[in-house]
Amino acid sequence: MRLATQSSMNRPSMSRRSVHPLHAILLAFPIALFASALLSDIIYLKSAEMQWSNFSAWLIIGALVFGAPVLLWAAIGLFRRRRNPERTRALVYFLLLLVMWIAGLINAFKHSQDAWSSVGAAGVALSIVSALTALAAGWIAYSGERIAR
Amino acid sequence: MSPRFLLTGLLAASALAACSGGDESLDQTGASPKLPALDETLVPPMKIAKPQGWNGEIPTVPKGFTITPVATDLKIPRQILVLPNGDILVAEGSGGHAPKSRPKDVIAGYIKSLGKSSVKGGDRITLLRDANGDGKPELRTTFIKDLDAPYGLALVNGNLYVANQGALLRFAYSDGATSIAGKGEEVTKLPSQINHHWTKSLAASPDGSKLYVGIGSNSNIGERGLSLEEDRAVIWEVDPATKASRIYVSGIRNPTALAFEPTSNMLWAVVNERDELGAELVPDYLTSVKEGAFYGWPYSYWGQHVDPRVHPQKPDLVKTAIAPDYGLGSHVAPLGLSFASGTGFPGFAEGAFIGEHGSWNRQHLAGYKVSFVPFAGGKPAGKPRDFVTGFIKDGRARGRPVGVTYDAARGALWIADDLSNTVWRVTGPTPLALASPVGPAAGQK
Repeated sequence: MRLATQSSMNRPSMSRRSVHPLHAILLAFPIALFASALLSDIIYLKSAEMQWSNFSAWLIIGALVFGAPVLLWAAIGLFRRRRNPERTRALVYFLLLLVMWIAGLINAFKHSQDAWSSVGAAGVALSIVSALTALAAGWIAYSGERIAR
Repeated sequence: MSPRFLLTGLLAASALAACSGGDESLDQTGASPKLPALDETLVPPMKIAKPQGWNGEIPTVPKGFTITPVATDLKIPRQILVLPNGDILVAEGSGGHAPKSRPKDVIAGYIKSLGKSSVKGGDRITLLRDANGDGKPELRTTFIKDLDAPYGLALVNGNLYVANQGALLRFAYSDGATSIAGKGEEVTKLPSQINHHWTKSLAASPDGSKLYVGIGSNSNIGERGLSLEEDRAVIWEVDPATKASRIYVSGIRNPTALAFEPTSNMLWAVVNERDELGAELVPDYLTSVKEGAFYGWPYSYWGQHVDPRVHPQKPDLVKTAIAPDYGLGSHVAPLGLSFASGTGFPGFAEGAFIGEHGSWNRQHLAGYKVSFVPFAGGKPAGKPRDFVTGFIKDGRARGRPVGVTYDAARGALWIADDLSNTVWRVTGPTPLALASPVGPAAGQK
């Protein structure tokens, strides 16, 4: 334990892992799925072809399922760093994930409405919020600072 | 962990949805039901009455009337036909093969299944013979087997017509037969792709020259795509001699039962309207069926009230939509229709019996009863009255009425209950000739 810490201190900062590999893998899903849902929402609004709205609904559910453990993991990471200089960064990361996930949940219900109501202005706005916050959270997570190891 | 997260969110959202409980006192029956503003919620209010058996108890009927369970342990009984000799045919089955296109279909499908019988549909017609009319059939046989979700039944000129979920079949019937072998003759295929609303209701014109088939929409409001709605939400007129069919009326979301009014010989239908616009939208209805009419679905409801969920909209078509005749209340789910006539039921001599399967899309349960709409001169005249109640007790469902069939010759109302899998018979204070066979015209709907 002590040895590992010392050796990591001697390495260049690029090699420090900011998040556990499993955390990184789980986070990849909401980034990809919320971004895809935003695209399929836009195609639905342009085509009125229901299948695109159905795609969005499944993509959002997938993003929520994989996003939930990431959010929990980030909350634990925040708690463990509450008296730590990395605290602010961990807090921003957690809040981004929280906004992403709650907007996604509301959007899952929005997409459960029927026909044209399944997306609409509200649905695509929520998709934008989730996609952008997921990308921002990914930027922080993959940028090498220690936040949720 | 994640399913629990989802469930928590679902419960929180349901609590939000529950707040929009609606106004129970709103009068939504009769010729001009009050229509509140659209109330689309993120989660539709859902309340399912969980099933519980009758445990030897029976539904409530008006004073002087008697109700008897004539057959139990059926396999999802839906519609009933009384044959000229008094034999009862019961169509049993459960159809539809809609894919689960999105997460909602999985979740809502599960929740709705909590309010249904777990028995698998029989895909058959059962015959009940109770020659002495004591309510205990001496004979119970499988009349026709290997059907595909049979629903509508009609007897015309010695032929029995059965509306499967995908075809209208014809079987030769001879008086007193207790079973019919074979697959029957296909009169016409019926639209059956997906079959979101699968029931094919059926009625024969009084002279027997035409058949009318009710074909429900393939979605609530077009959410499976409007291309799947061709030949849906219509009533077909079928000529049994030439097998030709044509659209008789359109825009009629789910016409679940058809019957001819005996004094005017007009075709009437009960229709299930759309969901998820609020607890008091849209009223289900009873209407005379006017040839060539457009009743609005999916673009508008109750005449020309536009539904914003359909895209692209069709304002020119909406201008042609006509309002139905008589509101039955929102979400009551009428599935049975039969007209009274004769003197067997004092106080209920002229009017329509309506089997109301009951609601899921509102907090305050509606339907779950057989009601009676009084008629005069072939038109509704007055507010609906409860005829058979007691299907709900302490918030749980003991039964759910579907088809109702009035047998004027013998003074009996037959009710199919697809939750307790029972056929009920209501008789009046002075039963008419329950035991004796009568003329061939009797018992046809």
